[in-house]
Amino acid sequence: MIAIVDYGAGNLRSVANAIAKLGYQPLVTASSGELAQAQAVILPGVGAAGDTMESLRRLGLVDVVNQFIADDRPFFGVCIGLQVLFSGTEEGGWHECLGVIPGRVKRLPSGLKIPHMGWNQVKQRLSHPIFEGIPDGANFYFVHSYYGEPEDSSLIAGETEYGLPFASVMVKGNLVATQFHPEKSGEFGLRLYQNFIKLAGISRQ
Amino acid sequence: MLTKRIIPCLDVKDGRVVKGTSFIQLRDAGDPVELAAFYYKEGADELVFLDISATPEGRDTMVDVVERISEEVFMPLTVGGGLRSTSDMRRMLKAGADKISINTAAVLTPNLISEGAQKFGSQCIVVAIDAKRIEGGKEPKWEVYTHSGQKPTGIDAVEWARRAASLGAGEILLTSIDADGHRAGYDIELTRAISEAVTVPVIASGGAGTLEDLYQALVAGKADAVLAASIFHFGTHSIRETKEYLAQKGIPIRI
Repeated sequence: MIAIVDYGAGNLRSVANAIAKLGYQPLVTASSGELAQAQAVILPGVGAAGDTMESLRRLGLVDVVNQFIADDRPFFGVCIGLQVLFSGTEEGGWHECLGVIPGRVKRLPSGLKIPHMGWNQVKQRLSHPIFEGIPDGANFYFVHSYYGEPEDSSLIAGETEYGLPFASVMVKGNLVATQFHPEKSGEFGLRLYQNFIKLAGISRQ
Repeated sequence: MLTKRIIPCLDVKDGRVVKGTSFIQLRDAGDPVELAAFYYKEGADELVFLDISATPEGRDTMVDVVERISEEVFMPLTVGGGLRSTSDMRRMLKAGADKISINTAAVLTPNLISEGAQKFGSQCIVVAIDAKRIEGGKEPKWEVYTHSGQKPTGIDAVEWARRAASLGAGEILLTSIDADGHRAGYDIELTRAISEAVTVPVIASGGAGTLEDLYQALVAGKADAVLAASIFHFGTHSIRETKEYLAQKGIPIRI
């Protein structure tokens, strides 16, 4: 079963719709028990990483998420769901995050339109099964003002250019995270979710 | 490189697309779900739905329409029209919209912009500005109109765009009242003035008649995206043809 973490983020439905379109029935839940039992967990997100962390703390979900990732079980962080994996974010003052990926979340450089909003290319730095069927340089839909900078650059599977090159896809064992929204990125976005589900070894119900 | 976005806009009344379209491929050209799926397949970068229903029942129908579209279409969806409160916004976002466009309500209650941005994030809040050129001045000036372009406000459009962005709007959807419906090109001066005044993305709207018009709005107008209705709906130009034209002229485009 694929669980989507329900902490009040606005775009849960789109993520659930994308997973459903692929032929799976996702469970949208805020229950730590249900999350612990899931075969795969998706953490979606829009807004600010600090707020998301606060919601996860309030709902008592920090431990289960950390444990799930520590056990190297299949986990997918989307947008803010990528950013909260870092040590912390500079958005709205320093906010500590999950610390799964050592590094900081920083503001995109000024001089360009912020937020970075629209379709941009993902350059594949690693040959990884998460990209199966997706051409190098394919466009995905972004909307964000901050980006994560990992200390360990070997985690960067895909990179995107906006004022500077930043990590748009990160992979660490069974942990996958994207700064863009696969659920808003057309057929290649759906394919990315499909690849993740396949890597997680989940079959259609 | 970030690509420029091509955005078809659909007016929906009581759950049906108005002004119609002339796609013979569609079984029902008035069905917003079918049209959305059509544009999705065609390669549109985003879709904007404007609900022009005058009744609460009509607006309830829109929620259902958005729900059905978001099950089929995996691209960004903006919904506007008649949304007056953060609870109206929440309802649409929960239904599957990604962004909410507010126009008259934002002018009447500017705090709605900051409240919405705080609750849902700036990226969700699009402030739509309908602007009309003020004749006779030395410098070009534009006035903001509300209530579907019917009511002058005395507010300067450039100033309002700046204020909206500083209150937390994540994007400006700019329509020239003078150009809208004439298919003789966007108001380039207006588009550039607003685009240079704010650091958030600007969508140019109103007046698209030819593909060159779209090109000019993006280059001379410095818009980040172009919105059009009739040139797409009546099949004058397909999305694909539009994108190939712009790409050929050197605009970064997702093909």
